[in-house]
Amino acid sequence: MLELIVFSTLNGVLYGMLLFLLASGLTLIFSMMGVLNFAHASFYMLGAYFGYQISRYVGYWPGLVLAPLLVGAIGALVERFGLRTAHKHGHVAELLFTFGLAFIVEELVQMVWGKVPVDYRVPDALNFAAFTLFDTNYPAFRMFMLLMSVAVFIGLLLLLTRTRVGLIIRAALSHPAMVGALGHNVPLVFMLVFGVGCGLAALAGVIAGPALVTQPAMAALLGPILFVVVVVGGLGSLSGAFVASLLIGLVQTFAVAMNVSVAGLLARVGITLTRDSFGGDLWMATVAQVAPILPYLLLVLILIFRPKGLFGDRET
Amino acid sequence: MTARINGSARARALWLPWGGAALVLAVLPLVFSSGASLTMMSLMGFAAIFALSYNMLLGQTGMLSFGHAVYYGLGGFVTAHALDVIGADRLPVPLPVVPLVGGLAGLTFALIFGWVSTKRAGTVFAMISLGIGELVAACSLILSGFFGGEGGISTSRTKTLPVFGLTFGPQIQVYYLIAAWALLCAGAMYAITRTPLGRMCNAVRDNPERAEFVGYSTQMVRFLVFCLAGFFAGVAGALAAIHFEIVTSSMVGAAPSGFVLLMTYIGGVAFFIGPIIGAILMTALQISLSDYTGAWQLYVGLMFVGVVMYAPWGLGGLILMHQPLLAAGQLRRVLPAYALAVGPAVLLGVGAIGLVETTHHLLVQSAQGPAMRVLGIGYDATSPLAWVVIAALLAAGVWLLLRVAPRVSSAYLEAAQAAHTPGSRQ
Repeated sequence: MLELIVFSTLNGVLYGMLLFLLASGLTLIFSMMGVLNFAHASFYMLGAYFGYQISRYVGYWPGLVLAPLLVGAIGALVERFGLRTAHKHGHVAELLFTFGLAFIVEELVQMVWGKVPVDYRVPDALNFAAFTLFDTNYPAFRMFMLLMSVAVFIGLLLLLTRTRVGLIIRAALSHPAMVGALGHNVPLVFMLVFGVGCGLAALAGVIAGPALVTQPAMAALLGPILFVVVVVGGLGSLSGAFVASLLIGLVQTFAVAMNVSVAGLLARVGITLTRDSFGGDLWMATVAQVAPILPYLLLVLILIFRPKGLFGDRET
Repeated sequence: MTARINGSARARALWLPWGGAALVLAVLPLVFSSGASLTMMSLMGFAAIFALSYNMLLGQTGMLSFGHAVYYGLGGFVTAHALDVIGADRLPVPLPVVPLVGGLAGLTFALIFGWVSTKRAGTVFAMISLGIGELVAACSLILSGFFGGEGGISTSRTKTLPVFGLTFGPQIQVYYLIAAWALLCAGAMYAITRTPLGRMCNAVRDNPERAEFVGYSTQMVRFLVFCLAGFFAGVAGALAAIHFEIVTSSMVGAAPSGFVLLMTYIGGVAFFIGPIIGAILMTALQISLSDYTGAWQLYVGLMFVGVVMYAPWGLGGLILMHQPLLAAGQLRRVLPAYALAVGPAVLLGVGAIGLVETTHHLLVQSAQGPAMRVLGIGYDATSPLAWVVIAALLAAGVWLLLRVAPRVSSAYLEAAQAAHTPGSRQ
């Protein structure tokens, strides 16, 4: 039991920090442009695949640096030539543009790398057990993932709060017209923020690629959870995204480990329910089976009772 | 002040398009009589109903939903179960009435999910619809009694009460059933746009705050149209269940939700006929384009992004925005400019197709060797000349289009202005 709790907490925090790497970029982009970037998970997938391709030629570590830069550059170009044209037609058009982009990126990835998962391997330098707890080895690569996520979070925090660039970005997030009037190149700031957001997503991809499977469905698997994180945390709030990603990471990891069902609980009290009773499937389903639904349930509940999210200050 | 139209002209304006559509639907199987054509037309039929129901939300009320396939799929599942019950208990229910069951199922689920979905609009509504869509899609694998698990629910449409000797086994009878329901639903949805509710939907889309001040509850308006859209989506799902005779959990997932969004937007959200055009086009592409190229989904995605960026009124909108020009006799003025643009567009199109096809061939079909054919021209995919030609076509097409585009748009604007000044009718 203690083993379960310890490992679930470790894995949950790890998954949560990975979600935060993705959600931080998405929240920044949303705060800035007011559009939810549907293609954010696609940039995550592109980062993983670029990292894989670079690792085949020169190794994992150059990929860790190059892939986010490449994908960040692609993101900046997408913002400059695509999003700005769609911006003229309104918010819905921007949202639909990113939706179409996600579609196209998935097709391109399938075309270039195929529909089967690719063999993105953990680098040899990290391919050992970090520590052994309760007879189970915990891989060092996962500790590396955790450390990288924390380092990026601290770096982002310092960048936004202690540097001049961060000051201009934070000002442009809430008062773009005034910042423009003061003489700063606000479209350039937007392009940079979009690029950095996509670069962060790609970094998450390079980190998570070897641990989670690198496959064309990566984006579709992680995309909706990402929106849940951002909406639950509060659209536009970075600390909300942090809390929400940890919450969802822990909830999902703990839920997958629990094998309790309503029928099982009621059986202890003496009430027997089988698959044939009314709503039988629902009572027989264990928490582990229901685990994929929990984030969406949380999303719907938050949107009904507190549409601003946990820490948010704006609704749309 | 609107001019008085006398009764016969108004009747003509109403019955001509609808009568013409009914005639065309009745005559189509005589022109395209092969089995594959009948299947494709049946698919287009319920895709059109689905797209029209989606446009009730997107185009008319401004609600972008990413989970509309929930009501489509649930309508299909309830219909499949109903058909099973009708067949097993030999209930005297004729098949033409069964889509109503799907519609009522869609309506019920829209009532349940709609009240919480429609509390807000805009991005929040889109996120709620996404969440509910993913919720139902994930539930579909857990509740295997209702959803049939991985295998879905199989059913048979021939066990219903025969109508005038029709058992609805042959595809042509199913086609006429779907065509009749499509006409009925399209007529109903068009009628709804002419009611005060339909007009208030447009008002809520354009200026929700003003609609509230006029005295209408925007949430109630959105909720009502959400339920109606759910009803028609359920009808479309029921027809799909009748056509395929099997319903799987893929019908409630993100794929059909995304597809109906693509269909409706490419067809055009601003006009009533837009989603119908989009449904017909996308179904035809889905079926026939996949015979010619393996990268057809990439083309669909590129087309969608192109429409979003450069033609937000969709292909239907592009066609219909010339209708006032035609009525005022100003269409002739734009034709020279459009003729100028045809050449560069063709160059760009051929270059893009060449790029996608050659890349696809090299990456996916490399086992078949470097020789390939595109648009009737055979060439070697690895030869540098092919790549030079493709790059030249793309560059020439883009550059020429950029040169010609201002002329095209100014020609249209002049013609539109001339069409709207009084006394321009010739």
